[in-house]
Order: sequence, then structure tokens, then C-alpha cells
Amino acid sequence: MKRITALLLLCSLILTSTGVVTGCSKSNSPKLLVYNWGEYIDPEVEKLFEKETGINVVMSYYEQNEDMYPIIATGSQKYDVVCPSDYMVEKMIGEGLLAKIDYNNIPNIKNIDPSYLKSAEQFDPGNQYSVPYCWGTVGILYNKTMIKEPIDSWGALFDKDFIEKNGYAGDILMINSVRDAFAIALSYLGYSINSTDEAQIDEAKKLLQEQKPLVDAYVVDQVRDKMIGGESPIGVIYSGEAIFTRRENPDLEYVVPKEGSNVWIDGWVIPKNAPNKEYAEKWINFMCDPEIALKNFNYITYSTPNKAARELITDEDIKNSPIAFPGQDVLDRCTTYHYLGEKMDALYIKKWNEVKSVQ
Amino acid sequence: MNTKKWLSYPYTIWMGIFVIIPLFIIIYYGFTAEGGGFTLSNISLITDPINLASLWLSLELSLVSTAICLLLAYPLSLILHGMKLKNNSFIIMIFILPMWMNFLLRTLAWQNILEKTGVINTFLKLLHLPALDLINTPGAIIFGMVYNFLPFMILPIYNSLSKISDDYINAARDLGANSLLTFLKVILPLSLPGVVSGITMVFVPSLTTFVISDILGGSKVVLIGNIIEQQFKTVNNWHTGSGLSLVLMVFILFSMAILTKYDKESEGKNIW
Amino acid sequence: MVKKFFSRFYLGLILLFLYAPIFILIILSFNKSKSRSRWGGFTFTWYHNLFQDEAIMEALRNTLIIALLAAIIASVIGTCACLAISNMKKIPRGILLGISNVPMMNADIVTGISLMLLFIALNYPLSFSSILMSHITFNIPYVILSVMPRLTRQNAIIYEAARDLGATKSYAFFKIILPDIFPGILSGFLLAFTMSLDDFVITYFTKGAGFDTLSTIIYTEVRKGIKPEMYALSTLLFISILILLVLINRKKDKEHGEKPLRNA
Repeated sequence: MKRITALLLLCSLILTSTGVVTGCSKSNSPKLLVYNWGEYIDPEVEKLFEKETGINVVMSYYEQNEDMYPIIATGSQKYDVVCPSDYMVEKMIGEGLLAKIDYNNIPNIKNIDPSYLKSAEQFDPGNQYSVPYCWGTVGILYNKTMIKEPIDSWGALFDKDFIEKNGYAGDILMINSVRDAFAIALSYLGYSINSTDEAQIDEAKKLLQEQKPLVDAYVVDQVRDKMIGGESPIGVIYSGEAIFTRRENPDLEYVVPKEGSNVWIDGWVIPKNAPNKEYAEKWINFMCDPEIALKNFNYITYSTPNKAARELITDEDIKNSPIAFPGQDVLDRCTTYHYLGEKMDALYIKKWNEVKSVQ
Repeated sequence: MNTKKWLSYPYTIWMGIFVIIPLFIIIYYGFTAEGGGFTLSNISLITDPINLASLWLSLELSLVSTAICLLLAYPLSLILHGMKLKNNSFIIMIFILPMWMNFLLRTLAWQNILEKTGVINTFLKLLHLPALDLINTPGAIIFGMVYNFLPFMILPIYNSLSKISDDYINAARDLGANSLLTFLKVILPLSLPGVVSGITMVFVPSLTTFVISDILGGSKVVLIGNIIEQQFKTVNNWHTGSGLSLVLMVFILFSMAILTKYDKESEGKNIW
Repeated sequence: MVKKFFSRFYLGLILLFLYAPIFILIILSFNKSKSRSRWGGFTFTWYHNLFQDEAIMEALRNTLIIALLAAIIASVIGTCACLAISNMKKIPRGILLGISNVPMMNADIVTGISLMLLFIALNYPLSFSSILMSHITFNIPYVILSVMPRLTRQNAIIYEAARDLGATKSYAFFKIILPDIFPGILSGFLLAFTMSLDDFVITYFTKGAGFDTLSTIIYTEVRKGIKPEMYALSTLLFISILILLVLINRKKDKEHGEKPLRNA
């Protein structure tokens, strides 16, 4: 028993020693509570904000929009500023969870490219509640050394003849997210990615069911590593991740298929129950500063809607990269998600589970 | 010896607040519709063929991995016990230590080992052996579950074995029992409480997990844990999620009741 | 001899199985590339960054404090409950043991959300203590399941014998019962500690703003890729615990022989 006591004592010693090092730093100075995706901001930016405003930044993270939503909706934890995606912004506006942003406090809004503000109006009419932070497309990432024929269509994920000819049947990494998976199938069939027509959704479901034997795994976060390591020849990925994966493995190619795809926008919003709206607006304004937006872009590699920041990019390859900043023709064939209501969400999930249940 | 009842008060009060009240919250949600009216539709959702299939699949995977854990852990515990090591806690620590590294990191590390371009297949390639299809198969799900739950089977069994006094075993031997008979008639029955604990700690939590299936199994199946999580998160309907949870709970209680029926050794006796 | 070889071989195989992914984590902690699937060269960068990263260090401290406190408190509550429950009649005993399994039977998200709703209903601010209480709750069943099998009829007989020979209740308890169930308490404590370390979902729903444990950091990092600093931290934790274990074990080996061991 002595041994155990020794172990416990040692543990508590370690605890107290780390406590002395890291504890008791931030006290009752003004603070801003930020709720953000994990690894979705350059940590240096936080420090710069603290330095400039004297407001301490307290960061919390979530992994998915759906994890964040119940926290804000129930008010169990109160945050000053949050960064949800398009459809979630729409849902939260609809439920009256968000406060209107006072643009008098956000002069830096002028740096945001008006075309993105216009895109954001699809889910936030009049841009009253959200300020775009990052955006991107959903597309196909494939390994040029493993698939010889160039790819420009979602057919590369569904067309059995094409897949067998190029020898990757059973090796596809399909996206494991209901809306994204159905958006891909719906686009391929020529329907809207926001379809609420059950016949169309059923058709998409059949397509996905037929695709299943060709799929190696349904993944979201692991596409990155599996593609970099050459484990898989083809997968579905967000454009921001494509930039990172191509840096690690130059054989990889990213395309937004010709049938169209999803363009997503994550934006800063202020919850109605925010303890400190004034600080939140200071934060949003700070995020729209070109230098800061550039820092964040370099850190997270997700496209910035900040026009002034893009002009500051020194690396010409990145500045003109069709992945980070696709041309208008690409954007024209992409649509944002809409919140379709609980009934439709349940229907989509049901159909998705039917896809997964097929052996 | 009945004066010891007060020892259960902290437990009873604690469980009352942190288990029973939340349980009533789940029951409330499970039996009401969005508007607040009473309904059985959340409960009856389990009869949906997809949900039912996912429940059976979860049950199948849990049963198989529990059985494998038991088959691996029992001989191991016997070996450890047979080694007559002085340091019980050292043994325990050796088996628990890997579990102190984060679950997600460990499971992702298994990908590195099992993938087509992973450690095992690279090794096989060096030996000019054919590659194995290891990851994204039902086998990989069971493999991951066994890996993650094995220590929960080893510890209780080893503990109950180490409690068996050598006197019992010697007595049985003196009375002419061979080692098989000694095992069947003395060791096995006396270790049963540990086995039951081990089975509970592996079987019950494994029924609701799905992360292993998503990471190592390629997420190609739907488990009941997936369905409940989807109802809470993606559909954001706490009523249906709670309803399904309740069904699952009743289901587990039922299986546990069957299990503890066989746990006669410690049943209803005054113990100390 | 053959039998001995086989048992050693089997033991080695199981240990290899349990430790294989840990070796991968250690290798990855020296990988220059941020991706787990490409070897980008050898580096100490992540170790260097780790010590600069206040957020990770604070999360480590939070994680250890919560896991340790939750496991200790759960061990005390659980062990007391076992002592009392083992004396009960079948029905109250079945009910009390059944209740303890509830947190295990629910999916994490159900436990997490229902506890969150409880704290909201009680108007209890989500903070360090709310996480601690939640962890104690889901730890208790593991303690009970570990301690219960060690409480058998044999204890009662020896205990009664000690009492007959004039031992006081507390003396007999500390000299007879406690040493006998101690391995059970220890493994219950360790399993509880393990559960606490790994929990993400329940912590996520019961934590306050700006409070992080290692799990909440790792899980929320998944989307953008896990920072290799986490591999470095795992390696350091693993190596230091291992060294500590071996040291304690060797010291114990020298000491032993002075008193007979009861479990041998």
C-alpha cells in the first residue's frame, strides 16, 4: 500500500508543480468568450487582439456545428462570439438565437469582398447577423499517379465503367456526412443540393446504395492522411484541406466537378445571450483586418473572403491558386446549404441510414 | 452486522441526484412529443427495420467482442496468477497503462498499423507475402473493440483469481482431483464473480459505442449508437433520441438480469 | 518447460497487442510532417512547441486533477456502497446495483445532455465542479464492479473470528476486510481514472466556457488534423509513468521478504 501512496503523492506533486507554472495567470481583467472550431485560428492572432484591446480572449472549441448548437440553444454556456456554418446560421436566425450586428462598430467590413457578402445573403438576408470568416468548396481529391484519366465530374465516384477502367473499384473514400453525401449524389443527378423532393432524394439514395460496393470507407477527417500517405486513390474533401494535402503530396489533384457542388461559408455571429456584445464586435472587426485575415489564412489554409488580405499574399502561386480562390465560373455552379427543417433532416438521415444498412 | 447500512447513504444520495433525476429527464423526453404531449411514437421508433437491424448488429458485435475478450483474458489471468508475482499492482498497471493514452490517438494509430500501406502490410511486402485486407472490414471493428475493452476483462478476472486461496486448490488436489477437475470445480466457480464483472464492463459500454466502427470499420454500417447520436445531433430531436435510449436501456437490463441469474455465488448472502 | 514457454509467449503477444499503437504514437512524435501517414524526417520540434503551449499544459493539469479527484471520490463512495450492499437482501441489492449500471448503459451523449439539463435545472453554473461530479457519476459503476467480486463469505468468517478474539470493529475492518478487498479498490480506482482521462462527450456538455481537458482539445482538433504536440505529450507521459513504475517495482522487490504477501 506504501507504493500506492507514493504514487499518489507523486501525482499530486506533479499537479501542484504544473499548477504553479500555468495557473493563476488570468484574473478579473475584461474577457471575451470565443466559441470556435478546433484549430481554426492562428493562436498568435489571439495574442495580438489581447495586446491591442487589453481584452483577454477565452477560447472554447467544438468539432461540429451540431455540437455547438445545443450549448448555445440551451444557454448552458454563454459565449460572446461563435463561428457557425451557413445552414446553422440560418437555423439559429430562424430560432431567434442571434443578435443583429451593428456595422458602425465594424468599419473593416469594407475589406470583405462584396461577392461573398452577396453569397452569404442566401442564408442571412441583408447580412444582418453574420460576417464571413472562411469559405470553401467541396470537391474531389485524387492521386494522379494512381488514376491516369483526368477527372472533372462526380461520375468519377459513381460511374462503374469509368471506375473499373481506372482500377479503383472498392478504393473510394466517400464523405461520411449526410448533407455532403446527398449533395454530391443530387448534383450528379442534376438536382438541387437543397432538394426537399422525396422522389429526388430517393433517387440519390439509390445512387449511393449502388456506389457502396465501390467505397473503401466513409470518412470525413481522415481523407487528409489517407490521401497523403497514398493509401487511397480518390476521396471527397473540402478545398481548404486540399491545399494542405497537396503541399504534403504533390501528386494530388483537386477538382470541383462540372455538375456543381456546395460552397460553404463559416461566419462570425453574436448569440443573443452574449455577455459582452461590444467586445464581440471588436473581435469581428479585428478578424476583418487584412493583416489578421492573412495570418489566419496562412495558418489554417482555408480561403478568406477578405479581398484586402488576398492582395497582401506574396506567394503568387497561392494568390492565384484555383483551389483557394476559384474563378467565378466555379462559384457560379456552387450553392450554399439551406436549413431544411427538422422533418427534412430526419428524412435525409433515414435515407442515409438505408444506404449504410445495405450490405 | 446490519448496522452498516449508513455506508450506502452517500452512494444512494449521489445516484439519486446524478442518475435518477437525469433518468427521469430522459424518460420525460422519451414519452413526449415536440409540443409536450404524451406519445409512444419515440419508443416505437425502434420497430423501424433500419433501427432494429442496427440494434441487432450492435448486439452481435458486442457479444462477439465480449466473448473474444473473455477467451483472451481468462487464460492470461491464469498465467499471471500462476506466475505468483509479488507485485499485484505492478501487473495491474502494466495492463492499464496503454489505456492512459488518449483513446482517439490510439485508435488512429491502429490505422497506421492496419492500413493497406500500413505497418503490417509493409512488413508482409518485404517478405514477398500477399497483402492482407485488414482495415475497413467488420473484423477490424471487432479487433478495435477487443483492443479497447480487453483490460476491463483482465483486471476483474485476475483479481478474483488472486483471491482464491491456495489451500482450496491443494485440498482439491489432495482429494484426488486432477488439474482439469480442480479448474472446473474449484477455480472456475470461485472466479465467476470476476467474470461477471468483466462481462458487464465490456458488453454494456460496447453496445453504445460507434467511434471504433467509424474509424477502423470505415463507417460502412449503422450501429444503435450512431442512430441515437444522429437523433440528438443531426436531427436535433431529443425526444426520439431519448426514446431509443430507453428501449436500449430496458434491453440491456433484460440481458443483465439473465446474466446475473447465473451469478449465484454471491447472491443474497450475508457477506461480512 | 514447454508450458512455461507458451505462457510467456502468450503473455508477450497480448502485451504487444496492447502496446503496438503506443509505439506508433512515439514514432509519430518525432515526425516532421504534420500528417500521420508520411514520414517527413526526424525532429524535436513538437517537444519544443509542447512546453511553449500554455493551453495544452493547462489542459493536462485539468485532466489530471479531474481524473484523480473523480477516481478517488468514486472509489470511496463505491467501496462504502459495496460494503453496505453486500449485506442487503436480494431486492434492494438488485435495485442499488442496477442503478449503478445506468450511466454505463446510456450512450455518452445521452448521459452528457441529461446531466447538462440537470445542471441547468438546478441553476448550477457549469464549471470545474460540474465536470467533476459528472465524472464521479460515470466512474462509480467501475468501482462497484471491481470491488463487489472481492467481497465474499470468507471475509465475513475471518472478520467474525477476529471480533470473537476481541478485535474492535474498526481494527477488524482495517486489518481483515480492507486488505482483502484492496486489490479490488485499486483496480476500480485505476479503471475509473482511465475512464475519466478518455471521456470527451460528457465533459464537453458539462464544462464551462474556456475550460479544456486533453480530450476536449484532441477531439475538437480532429477536423483540422491533430497537432503533433499531442503525440509528444503522450510519449512523455507514457515514458515517465513507465520509469516511475519500474523504479517503484524495483524498490519494492528489494524490500520484499520482510512481510509475507497475502495474495500469493
